[in-house]
Amino acid sequence: MSSSKNKSIAGASGSSRRERTIDIVNRRLAKRYRIEKRFRFYGLCSIIVSMVFLAVLLTSIVSNGYSAFFQTYVRLDITLDSAMLDRENPGKSNFQAIIKQSINKLYPEVEDRKSKRELYALFSSGAAFQLRDLVMRHPDLIGTTVSLWVPADDDVDMLMKGYIKRSVAENERRLSDRQLGWIDRLADQDRIEKRFNVTFFTAGDSREPELAGIWGAVKGSFFTLLVTLVLSFPIGLAAAVYLEEFAPKNLATDFIEVNINNLAAVPSIVFGLLGLAVFLNFFGMPRSTPLVGGLVLMLMTLPTIIIASRAALKAVPPSIREAALGVGSSKMQMVSSHVLPLALPGMLTGTIIGMAQALGETAPLLMIGMVAFIVDIPGGFTDPAAVMPVQIYLWADSPERAFLERTSAAILVLLAFLVLMNAAAVIMRKRFEKRW
Amino acid sequence: MQEVLKKKSLEKRVLAPRESRKTIGNINVQNPRMVCRNVDVYYDDKQAIRKVSIDIGRNEVLAMIGPSGCGKSTFLRCLNRMNDTIDGCRVTGKILFDGKDIYDSSVDVVPLRAQIGMVFQKPNPFPKSIYENVSWAPKIHGLAESKAEADEIVESSLHKAGLWDEVKDRLDQPGTGLSGGQQQRLCIARAIAVSPEVILMDEPCSALDPIATAKIEDLIDELREQYTIVIVTHSMQQASRVSQRTAFFHLGDLIEVGSTDTIFTKPSHQLTEDYITGRYG
Ligand SMILES: Nc1ncnc2c1ncn2[C@@H]1O[C@H](COP(=O)(O)OP(=O)(O)OP(=O)(O)O)[C@@H](O)[C@H]1O
Ligand SMILES: [Mg+2]
Repeated sequence: MSSSKNKSIAGASGSSRRERTIDIVNRRLAKRYRIEKRFRFYGLCSIIVSMVFLAVLLTSIVSNGYSAFFQTYVRLDITLDSAMLDRENPGKSNFQAIIKQSINKLYPEVEDRKSKRELYALFSSGAAFQLRDLVMRHPDLIGTTVSLWVPADDDVDMLMKGYIKRSVAENERRLSDRQLGWIDRLADQDRIEKRFNVTFFTAGDSREPELAGIWGAVKGSFFTLLVTLVLSFPIGLAAAVYLEEFAPKNLATDFIEVNINNLAAVPSIVFGLLGLAVFLNFFGMPRSTPLVGGLVLMLMTLPTIIIASRAALKAVPPSIREAALGVGSSKMQMVSSHVLPLALPGMLTGTIIGMAQALGETAPLLMIGMVAFIVDIPGGFTDPAAVMPVQIYLWADSPERAFLERTSAAILVLLAFLVLMNAAAVIMRKRFEKRW
Repeated sequence: MQEVLKKKSLEKRVLAPRESRKTIGNINVQNPRMVCRNVDVYYDDKQAIRKVSIDIGRNEVLAMIGPSGCGKSTFLRCLNRMNDTIDGCRVTGKILFDGKDIYDSSVDVVPLRAQIGMVFQKPNPFPKSIYENVSWAPKIHGLAESKAEADEIVESSLHKAGLWDEVKDRLDQPGTGLSGGQQQRLCIARAIAVSPEVILMDEPCSALDPIATAKIEDLIDELREQYTIVIVTHSMQQASRVSQRTAFFHLGDLIEVGSTDTIFTKPSHQLTEDYITGRYG
């Protein structure tokens, strides 16, 4: 009798309850809250860990890359001698020689050829192009002397940024003691300074780090993604709507579903091989172009978009469909008026995720020749182009120290675009999402 | 050995599909609007409706009553082929609408459902404005070409559903923002906006207060002049107030059909009597 009294919980469920429910509840309450607290703690921990990783990643990229946004320039006093420049046809002139002449004027004591070559190496070969552009734009400058800031060679840039140490033995350094002396002379004359690196944002790729820029790759990525988006969004949306709303549920559609899910897991390089075989070899499309790149990336993003869109369609409550069909709407009217508007935010999210994936994709593009060294900035879908991740890959592979910082800077630009795209996704979702 | 056999035969008896029970009462009416014969409904392998045969007359209100889960909604949804939308749902037997088999392969469900409207058991307004909820169907059917026509239909439908006074100042607000009872009346307004010839109502008043219920019952009375109405209800009073004929379902069988008066005063089947007197269960 007394033992049954002790086991009051057992009695609580029966009619002969000895204890009030609230006492039983209270006893377990502390435990329930403890579980909840523990879970919240775990959640917080994982968020902190991921934030720390993100912060480490970002700081390492930023600290490596921010210096690429600045570039060392040297001021040269250039005499635009009319003897060396043809007024009628200035573009034909030897601007390299003019630049060399003005360098010689700065260092009259350097005479032998070997020393001169060492001296000229301090200045970027881009100086001549810069001068040419200037003269072409302002032919009236011919006959005058202009003071021009021209880019220094990347080794000088690295020295100014502290990546080349003077303390290192001369034969292990990329700059000789003599060159260091010349650079110091420039510094004494206030002829050398670090300026914002406009070239990086306006130029295409180059063998010379100080002349290399990301703009060609940005445009290439833009054209490529445009092809991908224009093709994969409508196709993916149509496929998802058809499979979800119209297709009969049978073995064939099950088979298709399994295959789409498999495609999403196929390594992206396989799509590159497919693109190589089909688009380049069979259809004979031009290599290294945004058109082919976009087609290949479309193959890659389609499964993602279809799966996300189907999930979004599945999330639309069936009662909405019944309501529409119940008043005698056709399936198409039901889909376009009621189902699609509700599913669109989810579909857009899936599309943006797919696009972000495509933006960062390298492997399949290597297969279709987008890894080529391309200096020209692409003007259309059929111009040879690089894309940002491939550009990053190419620079990361280069031996010059100056390309290392450009790699990180390019990653920063890529990340900025990703952030922009995701922000666009959020805004679009807000726009289309009706909370009612 | 014998025991095993015995057990087996017992199992078989339980698992075998039960024969349908015979319907008591007169299933026929003069000049019927809809004729259902030997309707079976299966959800995958599970049978939900067994050999139901019943006529639905013109300008009459047929009430369907029965315990929860007996298949009232299932049968109602057969009448405008809403069951087509459920995967694994199979309907056999004949359902004629004005003499034409609605399950015939040549029948187009779009005009069929425009003629046979439905109010669902759970309120399901579109996630759109109140105005759009009512005006959408008339628009897609071409009943309201102009804004004025649409306005007119919206106002009269909401009036009939007894919702106009409550929502006339906020027609552009979301229909899903209404209370449960208001949503159900909005769904009724949506169903009658296309002036269907048959209206199927699945417990239209289950979420309504007595005043709104009275309004809907008045509406049903009024609609009966022109239309045919089939209503599922759990309220005996409502069935006896609005309907001319009543059908009692039990576990997938149509047990008894008859004029509402007879069913509620002199039910023939024991189950019917138990149910309407509240002794069921
Ligand atoms: N979509 C479905 N899939 C499988 N079984 C279903 C489905 N809908 C209903 N059923 C089954 O069919 C039987 C009849 O259901 P139905 O909804 O027609 O009952 P009801 O008479 O309308 O009940 P209530 O009065 O509670 O609404 C039930 O046993 C139910 O479990
Ligand atoms: Mg029901």
